[in-house]
Amino acid sequence: MELPSDALGGQGRLRQAPESFLSHELVTAISSDGVNSERRGLLRGALAAALVATSARAIAGDGGDPDIVRLPEWSRSLGKPVASNPYGQPSIYEANIVRRQSPGLTQTDQASVAFTPLQNLFGSITPSGLHFERHHQGWVDIDPRRHRLMINGLVAQPLVFTLEDLLRMPSVSRMHFLECGANTAQEWGNSAVPTVQYSHGMLSGSEWTGVPLSLLLERAGYDRTAAYLLAEGADGSSMTRTISMESALEDALVAYGQNGEMLRPEQGYPLRLVVPGLQGVSWVKWLRRLEVGDKPYATKDEASHYVDLMPNGQLRQYAAIQEAKSVITAPSGGQKLLKHGYYCITGLAWSGRGAVRKVEISVDGGRNWREARLEGSPQSKMLTRFNFDWVWQGESALLQSRVHDSTGYIQPQRAQLVAARGTRSIYHNNAIQTWRVGETGEVDNVQVG
Amino acid sequence: MSRLVSVSLVFLACASLDVRGANYPAALDALGRPATSEEIRAWDIDVRPDFQGLPPGSGSVAGGETLWLERCANCHGDFGDSNAFFTPIALGNVTEEDIESGRVAALRDPAVVRTTFMKVATLSTLWDYINRAMPWNAPKSLTTDEVYAVLAYLLNLAYIVDYDFVLSNDNISEVQQRMPNRNGMTREHGLWTASGRPDVIGSACVTDCAVGTSITSYLPDYAMDAHGNLQEQMRDYGPFPGIQTEPDKASAAPRGGSGEEGDAPLLLLSQSGCIGCHQVGKSLVGPAFDDIRERYAGRKASAYLAEKIREGGQGVWGNAVMPPMRQLDAKAVMALANWLSGQ
Repeated sequence: MELPSDALGGQGRLRQAPESFLSHELVTAISSDGVNSERRGLLRGALAAALVATSARAIAGDGGDPDIVRLPEWSRSLGKPVASNPYGQPSIYEANIVRRQSPGLTQTDQASVAFTPLQNLFGSITPSGLHFERHHQGWVDIDPRRHRLMINGLVAQPLVFTLEDLLRMPSVSRMHFLECGANTAQEWGNSAVPTVQYSHGMLSGSEWTGVPLSLLLERAGYDRTAAYLLAEGADGSSMTRTISMESALEDALVAYGQNGEMLRPEQGYPLRLVVPGLQGVSWVKWLRRLEVGDKPYATKDEASHYVDLMPNGQLRQYAAIQEAKSVITAPSGGQKLLKHGYYCITGLAWSGRGAVRKVEISVDGGRNWREARLEGSPQSKMLTRFNFDWVWQGESALLQSRVHDSTGYIQPQRAQLVAARGTRSIYHNNAIQTWRVGETGEVDNVQVG
Repeated sequence: MSRLVSVSLVFLACASLDVRGANYPAALDALGRPATSEEIRAWDIDVRPDFQGLPPGSGSVAGGETLWLERCANCHGDFGDSNAFFTPIALGNVTEEDIESGRVAALRDPAVVRTTFMKVATLSTLWDYINRAMPWNAPKSLTTDEVYAVLAYLLNLAYIVDYDFVLSNDNISEVQQRMPNRNGMTREHGLWTASGRPDVIGSACVTDCAVGTSITSYLPDYAMDAHGNLQEQMRDYGPFPGIQTEPDKASAAPRGGSGEEGDAPLLLLSQSGCIGCHQVGKSLVGPAFDDIRERYAGRKASAYLAEKIREGGQGVWGNAVMPPMRQLDAKAVMALANWLSGQ
């Protein structure tokens, strides 16, 4: 893109200066002595520095940035020994970036959700510790030596596998997104939550490692006329879901690995089903049993919940595919732009039916669209990171993203979805999201129409 | 639950020939072992809509009512109508006409609270779920006859059977024919398989597209504030810091990790499975921890409370049964007991 001459320079006007842009010394001096003419000069210097570089701190007098000219303590001391944290942890400065519950969404902490902080993540892999949580009867930490997988039903030979058996079998690793069918559910009727963490944070991307389900089904000698599979967990609720044999044979895994290590307990340690492209509830955690059958099972989460209510009162049952969707993760709701000039709009796109083909960005609420850059080669049923150059000059803007997938499907506007499905279907809201950038630089969650 | 023996024999014959793909490594047959019939009986508990897998048994509405008040009402309300913790199970809104037609008319009304019996089409779903997952704090603890009884009581609350009804494997198919929304489900949609046909597709327009761009919805201040201080939920350096919001003190701030609440050992409570039934400040299924602590303050009750945690109990605070917490190690039990007793 062509950047205006001032886009990367200091011509922009500062809207709101956060306190941290002023040096501690200066703040202390001002609060104790007031602002005299010399300090006004310092203050102007501080604001100018804030415009030049995001990380710049106040320039102390004529000596330059104190974080450069006065060597920081980490450059003048001995660091910590190896293995201080045998399992490494993020920096203490990243403490804000955690999973969070949405107040009032659920009344118990076991049948609840903790959302992924999408607003501050990069790339397409979600750190395992930030992978969203959705449990129906709490999470358990299962002793892998006592865990078993049973395959029964319409098979030649019902079988039992130990973890050792499964870890000896041929394994594959594949990157896939995992999205709860209820992701963005709060937004059907109106703008309801302030940030992308709560609006889209039941979403993650991981590399999953395990045994192809098709191989296990062949091992058991499954009935080739069987069209359904029941997957069942080992937790208190022994959650069950019906899987189509088409999905089971195409690319499903019985997975034990996630991002290079064993699954986290919250993600089903030591075994979970991975059914790429399907909503999260189908990826049964703590997987203990697979039953091959000739009819669907109408389990609780496909008969009472995870059924999509249509305006005519009908419930769409066994709706499981996550259709193509995208969202701008930064700038996004609850954030603010401090300066004018260049910004990289970034976000995620994905499709449960294939790969992302193209992402387009609108900054005017959907009237005009331009193509975003995609990071890497989009993979089937996996998150794709997109980036888009944007120069903001203080005008109000309505930011949207729109994905096209490899089947030709295009992400719909919210009004289109509502016209077909009403506002009470809870699940499968893949509408285009709008973030409004105000003239003050504050970003909020809005709907347009 | 599957038809075990006969089906297995039928497919045994062809299994090693045509079921295997050409690339199947035969050496894999050494991994995994045959499941015994006892193992299958222990785990294969699912019940299908055609009632395949349903074990024989029976239970009366009256018997279910007693069980309900003891083990279920704390969460679901005496009449299955509470929405304090879970969505209501039965709350009216179902008419005799609905039962006749098999379609619940009130599902078309946005103002009506949707209950389990308004939505669920298949009675097997309820039998299966009560059997596998209920009660909340002691799943799979009901006997087969108790599951029939609890379900009979719910059917009575939903006006599907009379109070003197006894539900059994013999008559459950007839009751299915009175499920109010039995004809309310559709599979006419494109979301079952990846090859399904989408019902809504977006526009490819890129220039001067005819879309409305006026704001139809935004978050009022109270809604911006309802999720706590957003500034503390974003990276606090870089191009996009969070907006400082002013959370209402009364609304719960969103919790990340174990949270902090006074001196409560919340992490231990959370990891030990306590907070499924207890909360610190208000009673849930069981009493509030604050109430327990108040009662036992200064009474040197650690040993007594440790015993209660280990062995469970009933009747001290109400009818709800506290299951034994024998999975906890002695150190955790004592830590909890000491905290509860103030010792």
